[in-house]
Amino acid sequence: MKQSRTAEADQLVEFYRRMVLIRKFELSADQMYKRAKVGGYCHLNLGEEASVVGLMDALRPTDYLFTNYRDHGYALMRGMDTGKVMAELFGKSTGVSKGRGGSMHLFDTEKRMLGGYGIVGGQIPPATGAALALTYRGAPGPDAEAVMCQMGDGTTNIGAFHESLNLAAVWSLPIVYVVINNRLGMGTTVEMAAGEPELYKRGASYRIPGVRADGGDVLAVRQAATEALDQARTERRPALLELMSYRLRGHSVVDPARYRSAADVETAQKADPVPALRAQLIADGTLTEKQAAAIETKVDGEVAAAVAFADAGPDPTPDQLFDYAYATPVPNAPTALPGERMVVLP
Amino acid sequence: MSTMTIAKAINEGLRATLRNDPKSFLMGEDIGSLGGVYRVTEGLKAEFGAHRVMDTPLAESGIIGTAIGMALRGHRPICEIQFDGFVFPAFNQITTQLAKIHTRSDGQLSAPVVIRIPYGGGIGSIEHHSESPEALFAHTPGLRIITPSNANDAYWMIQQAVECKDPVIFFEPKRRYWLKGEVDTENAPGDPFKAHVVREGTDATLVVYGPLVPVALAAANAAAEDGHSVEVIDLRSISPIDFDALETSVNKTGRLVVAHEAPTFGGIGGEIASRISERCFYSLEAPAIRVGGFHMPYPVARVEEHYLPDIDRMLEALDRAFAY
Repeated sequence: MKQSRTAEADQLVEFYRRMVLIRKFELSADQMYKRAKVGGYCHLNLGEEASVVGLMDALRPTDYLFTNYRDHGYALMRGMDTGKVMAELFGKSTGVSKGRGGSMHLFDTEKRMLGGYGIVGGQIPPATGAALALTYRGAPGPDAEAVMCQMGDGTTNIGAFHESLNLAAVWSLPIVYVVINNRLGMGTTVEMAAGEPELYKRGASYRIPGVRADGGDVLAVRQAATEALDQARTERRPALLELMSYRLRGHSVVDPARYRSAADVETAQKADPVPALRAQLIADGTLTEKQAAAIETKVDGEVAAAVAFADAGPDPTPDQLFDYAYATPVPNAPTALPGERMVVLP
Repeated sequence: MSTMTIAKAINEGLRATLRNDPKSFLMGEDIGSLGGVYRVTEGLKAEFGAHRVMDTPLAESGIIGTAIGMALRGHRPICEIQFDGFVFPAFNQITTQLAKIHTRSDGQLSAPVVIRIPYGGGIGSIEHHSESPEALFAHTPGLRIITPSNANDAYWMIQQAVECKDPVIFFEPKRRYWLKGEVDTENAPGDPFKAHVVREGTDATLVVYGPLVPVALAAANAAAEDGHSVEVIDLRSISPIDFDALETSVNKTGRLVVAHEAPTFGGIGGEIASRISERCFYSLEAPAIRVGGFHMPYPVARVEEHYLPDIDRMLEALDRAFAY
């Protein structure tokens, strides 16, 4: 069977592995939060794995990515180290930002991951600015760089979304705005919050073409994202891509999601893309049950190693407290804890 | 009298306001069905309906902007901003419209909007979930800013904020939401813009507000073991500031320490130190001393305890004052 597998089937198996990695990483993050290893707030990609994997496969290493606070899966798919990402969630000095960013602010400039952003909509104007910067260098063409800016459905109601789309349109910027429509902005439905609940149409007033795709279908997501990015590269025109998806859990790990009906939860679980792809690969003979289990066991090992790495890392120390408050020396900036020196008298 | 947490006291205060004033209504992100991130508005939508307790889209500028329009037409909007750092998208509407409409219209219009903001650190989160931006608003004439430190004040001050004809920013000390206290639902504690002496003393005045009041009381108790009698004042109102109460206290004690979580640089403490230096110059035995956050973005969770003013930092400041 292995010999007869097509390149396309191999690709799907790899996509399945990536989706399983995100799923298991997020389930582990949830556990670690509940064991108080992760503090603050923690937002999971559970249910959105096909969207994350499809988008990140379409995005090239030379492209730039901005996301919201639900950023773990994107960081992993961008090639950031699983252990270092987990360590960042733990707030450890071995994390991708030495514990300064935490779950919501995963950065890696080398991987051109320009951040998760904790403020809803905060990422949109900077992403638009990054696309503007691209127009100052290089020319449009099939090899040109582009920016992808991911956000949730609720964010499309924020002023910054509309201001940014307008700028991208009038300045003709190479940017793809991706809306992960999981149908809930925390506990408020899209229909309650959006005057035009078919969010892909919201680009119309800026003459930005909008496309809606099935966020649970990894190949459909990749196809739609590739087309939008190609348009951004070659024509230097913005695009709006809406991916219909489901969030399997609450807004963050502390949200019991009491606003959801039992029927809604059941619909979300039925649409879960990870078991769906698994069943499809087994049904069409691409994978045996044993092969699927082997992939999952291997990922279990990777996630367990990431947790062990995060756990073993040291906390940031108090002498790092003042680092990077300013990029240049500032007279009134603190450089050390007050300690004994505070009680020295004139 | 009944015992309740600060969160519950605000909830009950809002309930009383919604009952007593048919023009009052709540608006904010996920305050209705969810009851807010901190459940401060829990149960209110069920009791008063969706038109009195409105779930809004994620649009802070839009929330405050539409609240201003409602207030101009005689309504009493009470807006929730989910976390301190989330107020900044609305900063434009607050500082350029809300604070100035009364002056601009030569007194013909007023905008009595109340903005509830959970503020302060100590919850293991990061910047913009742990900030103390009160000085930014205190620097804006036209706004009033108050903050309760206990359940009784929480219950009454939110109602008094809605009754006020000026816009009021109501800062809620989020790490004290679960602090319990006695609430007298019959007798209001008087003017919400006046400070309260919460511990009497003769040797130094320690001025605090919101989340640091319990810390200051503990510091005063520790100082008492060293033979120092420290008077603790809960400011309650950050704009205006009750300088008369501070002056009376400092004229008695001769020493002033002001503490807040916000950075000392450009902060409320500097304003108090300056005013008291002028008004109590001949009574002062030592310069006014500030204790506060450092001039830097709010730090990461694992080291935030080194950033937040604690008992030791307050005692150190008091020692410095006593050393003169």
